[in-house]
Amino acid sequence: MTLLIKYTLIYGIVLMLVALGGCFSEHSGVINIALEGIMVVGAMAGLLVLVMLPSSIVAFWRVFLSIASAALAGLLYSALLAFASINLKADQTIGGTALNVLATAIALVLVKRYNNGLGGTQSPKLSFANGDFLFTIGPITVNVFLFIGLILLVVAAIVLYRTRFGLRLMACGEHPQAADSVGINVYKMRWAGVLISGFLGGIGGLAYIVPAAQIWNFEVGVSGMGFLALAVMIFGQWKPGRIFLAAMFFAVFKALANIYDSTFLSALNLTKEIYNMMPFLASMIILAFTSKKSRAPKAEGAPYDKGMR
Amino acid sequence: MKLADYVIEMLNITKIFPGIKANDNITLQLKKGEIHALLGENGAGKSTLMSVLFGLYQPEEGCIKKNGEVVEIRNPNDANALNIGMVHQHFKLVECFSVLDNIILGVEPNKMGFLQKADARKKVLELSERYGLKVDPDAIVEDISVGMQQRTEILKMLYRENEILIFDEPTAVLTPQEIDELMQIMKNLAAEGKSILFISHKLAEIMAVADRCTVLRKGKYIGTVNTKDTTVEELSAMMVGRQVNFKVDKKPSEPGEVVLDVQHVTVPSKIHKNNAVKDVSFQVRRGEIVCLAGIEGNGQTQFVHALTGLDNLSAGTITLCGKDITKASIRNRSKAGMSHIPEDRHKHGLVLDYSLEQNMVLQRYWEPQFQRSGFIKFDAVREYSDRLIEQYDVRSGQGSVTIARSMSGGNQQKAIVAREIDKDPELLIAVQPTRGLDVGAIEYIHQQIVAVRDAGKAVLLVSLELDEVMNLSDRILVMYEGEIVGQFDPKTVTVEELGLYMAGAKRMEV
Repeated sequence: MTLLIKYTLIYGIVLMLVALGGCFSEHSGVINIALEGIMVVGAMAGLLVLVMLPSSIVAFWRVFLSIASAALAGLLYSALLAFASINLKADQTIGGTALNVLATAIALVLVKRYNNGLGGTQSPKLSFANGDFLFTIGPITVNVFLFIGLILLVVAAIVLYRTRFGLRLMACGEHPQAADSVGINVYKMRWAGVLISGFLGGIGGLAYIVPAAQIWNFEVGVSGMGFLALAVMIFGQWKPGRIFLAAMFFAVFKALANIYDSTFLSALNLTKEIYNMMPFLASMIILAFTSKKSRAPKAEGAPYDKGMR
Repeated sequence: MKLADYVIEMLNITKIFPGIKANDNITLQLKKGEIHALLGENGAGKSTLMSVLFGLYQPEEGCIKKNGEVVEIRNPNDANALNIGMVHQHFKLVECFSVLDNIILGVEPNKMGFLQKADARKKVLELSERYGLKVDPDAIVEDISVGMQQRTEILKMLYRENEILIFDEPTAVLTPQEIDELMQIMKNLAAEGKSILFISHKLAEIMAVADRCTVLRKGKYIGTVNTKDTTVEELSAMMVGRQVNFKVDKKPSEPGEVVLDVQHVTVPSKIHKNNAVKDVSFQVRRGEIVCLAGIEGNGQTQFVHALTGLDNLSAGTITLCGKDITKASIRNRSKAGMSHIPEDRHKHGLVLDYSLEQNMVLQRYWEPQFQRSGFIKFDAVREYSDRLIEQYDVRSGQGSVTIARSMSGGNQQKAIVAREIDKDPELLIAVQPTRGLDVGAIEYIHQQIVAVRDAGKAVLLVSLELDEVMNLSDRILVMYEGEIVGQFDPKTVTVEELGLYMAGAKRMEV
């Protein structure tokens, strides 16, 4: 049971962070299907910084710098999507898909290059120590991302619903012409929305890999967590509070895959693959039933053109 | 007269778009505290002129003065800074936001970026009280009536303390009661010293509410008149450039055999548990125009949807030329001789992002004359579309290849009318065929409908405009709460009598 809680919290926070990122991007009017790629790039940058930092640095700074670089890398990578879809008015889905494909490739090249420099191996794997990220509360080991995630959740909700920025951001995703007619710079707001999603997505990438492993193979990227986060965002109806609940719900399924053999489920003699499929099957079934009622930001996906009326 | 008597002057404005002079040397002078109407047909350049004033377009020539000083308006923010506000024809409201959020959007009261809505709410309630603009600040825009949405737009301007208010065809979307309310609101605003520019092509409204009226025609300035010194006839002649016949010329009808036979049709409502259409039976015969009249929302829309196959009916039969089409698909109804000029031309009439020629063959592309083994004969389509454009005088920028979305509303409607009539139908169903059109286009479309009747076809007209009902029809059926409550001959019934039936005060067995 403690194991289930542990993994549910790890994956739940990851899904929530990334889905919140998607939520900001979509509220500004840009569909961010590149979340998967942004996670990969963020995780790679964070891990590379982590392994390259000299061991003399104190734990706090080690943690802070690797998370900051993950966020920054995600943000920079999402700038590509922003530029393509806002300035060049490219199709957002195609641009995002391209970035997903590119991200894994970038990560492989850079990680192999790094390993090559160390000892001549061309391995896409990165070994790292995650002890600095973990804490123990009672019987459960938690990680620093739990606290960061909960703080960011509250911040996200306040920004969206209590600030001028949030009101304007959502106006741009719903009715950009209306926003424009009252003097809001739609392009600027959309850039902000996408960059925030990159920031959160980058952290989410690192949060997926660091707490649960000591070695990561970049050939698997982040194994579909970015897409699952999109499902979480839709199930959460683009609202931070509901996104949190939706993320925890999906995380239970994802966690089961890790721990099923230590529970009563092992008696069923099902293969691991079944459990690995569970979150994705669940997302398909749930979205099939709920998507009819879901209310996406109205103008998302459509490039904004001042000339169109 | 001193210069400063005018709060806004647009002097010798010329605005050129590729291939067309939208505004050609137009001068418009607005006095403080007056309601100034801007009248013109669709495509006369009214909206362009207002867009210039609102900073959406830059004029090639001419200048704008405010209180006698030359000003430059490069974008809506500049216009806002000069206290110029605009209610657009298509509201610019965020539908999932509250009324209050929409009003403050862009000028949000805030502390360090955090919204401070309490003061804004107080100010909105004060304004709403002072000008008689009833709104619920916490209601979500998508849940409120069109009239309240418009009041929200007006409050948006007042909240920004705009002095010059532009209304772009504000009555096109309103019910008669809402129009009366709006007229009163506009008068209140003018009495409080606001200056109002009122774009319209509805002459009666202009006569009722405006002090002065400037008329444009085909991008040119025709003149400015005081409304109390002029008549509807004079204004319409200025607008169209010739005398307009308000009365439709038509011979008495000679009804022939039955074309459409509707028996006991019942249609369930999508909003409430009751039926939207209850046990409706009537016939339409060759050579007659039968009009289904009624106040909006009494089941006409649902009835037409069931009749044309857009929706299912729960009981009853529909027979067209002796053939039961109750369960027929839309294409089969069309093939059986049904033409439909839909109420919502954007939703059901046109594919807005298709070209005009593609729209012209929407229901016929599969016919042998337009395709061979699944491949469209583009030459034949172009030829056909060019002929319709010519014959029905559909005006557009680039002819057959024009994207439908870029055309004016009147010409979009003419294109639909051309397509539906040219199919040579047995039954023409025309729903609100002249909604939002100017008098020239209305006259034209009415003539076309009468021509269809005279060619021996059956016509079912559904209209909310009593003038149209009285002028065009040979037989009037009144619909009230989903039932037919009266049948009349337009030559013997009065508008007042019809009104009583439409309001449900009287009914007869039909």
